[in-house]
Amino acid sequence: MIYLNAFIFAGLVCLIGQIILDNTKLTPGHVTTMFVVIGAFLDIFSIYDKIVKWAGGGALVPITSFGHLLIHGALVKAKKYGFVGLMMGMFDLTSSGIIAAIIISFFLSLIFKPKS
Amino acid sequence: MEKNKYNYLVNKYTPKENRLTNGVISFLIGGSMGVVGELLRRLWSNILDIPLKDTGTYMIITLIFIGCLFTALGFFDNIVNFAKAGLIVPITGFAHSMQSAALEYRNEGLVTGLGANIFKLSGTVILYGVVSAYVFGLIRLLLFGG
Repeated sequence: MIYLNAFIFAGLVCLIGQIILDNTKLTPGHVTTMFVVIGAFLDIFSIYDKIVKWAGGGALVPITSFGHLLIHGALVKAKKYGFVGLMMGMFDLTSSGIIAAIIISFFLSLIFKPKS
Repeated sequence: MEKNKYNYLVNKYTPKENRLTNGVISFLIGGSMGVVGELLRRLWSNILDIPLKDTGTYMIITLIFIGCLFTALGFFDNIVNFAKAGLIVPITGFAHSMQSAALEYRNEGLVTGLGANIFKLSGTVILYGVVSAYVFGLIRLLLFGG
């Protein structure tokens, strides 16, 4: 059942992205940025946490989860250290993804040549 | 008159993209990516024998690696042309934007090219993610106390 939920949620997010891309002049960069902000916004009221419970991996795959993880890590530290904690914990949960992307793309760009 | 005619001709010969097909394709591909994500989570949970809750990181790293590798091999763009937002919105799009910037500016030198431009496309996601998470986190902290 969770696979169906994952399919529906991830599919819907991508569908919304495609509708925005088709009907406006926004670039994919705008759309991904917008989704990150929406993902962070939904966590003010813990909505995204519920979606993650409902859709599992389907909610973690779209870029909205990036915003969710940013604010989530920040809030965990903020409980302990207050306002400074927001800054301390911001990258706690997302650092693995960002660092993996940096390291992998650095070494792959040394190995491969761009196709022109 | 000439301008109207020109616009008419441009509209006539601009290839029309079928929005319905695009939507259906990106729904199906995006949904499949979600299912793949869930499958990867379970797979890593079984292999490494760790609780399902902690496997999100492994799943995301796997997807980022696949996105980077396909971009470096040069056929990610072809897949995106077909899959549209179905692959841009998932985390593979983030990996793709970083990898393609790295590949493109690699020729301009390791520091002035690769180092200065690797975040050229993906930096916007990180910047606005951090700024919005800080502002919304502050709101939540003030409203609900964390």
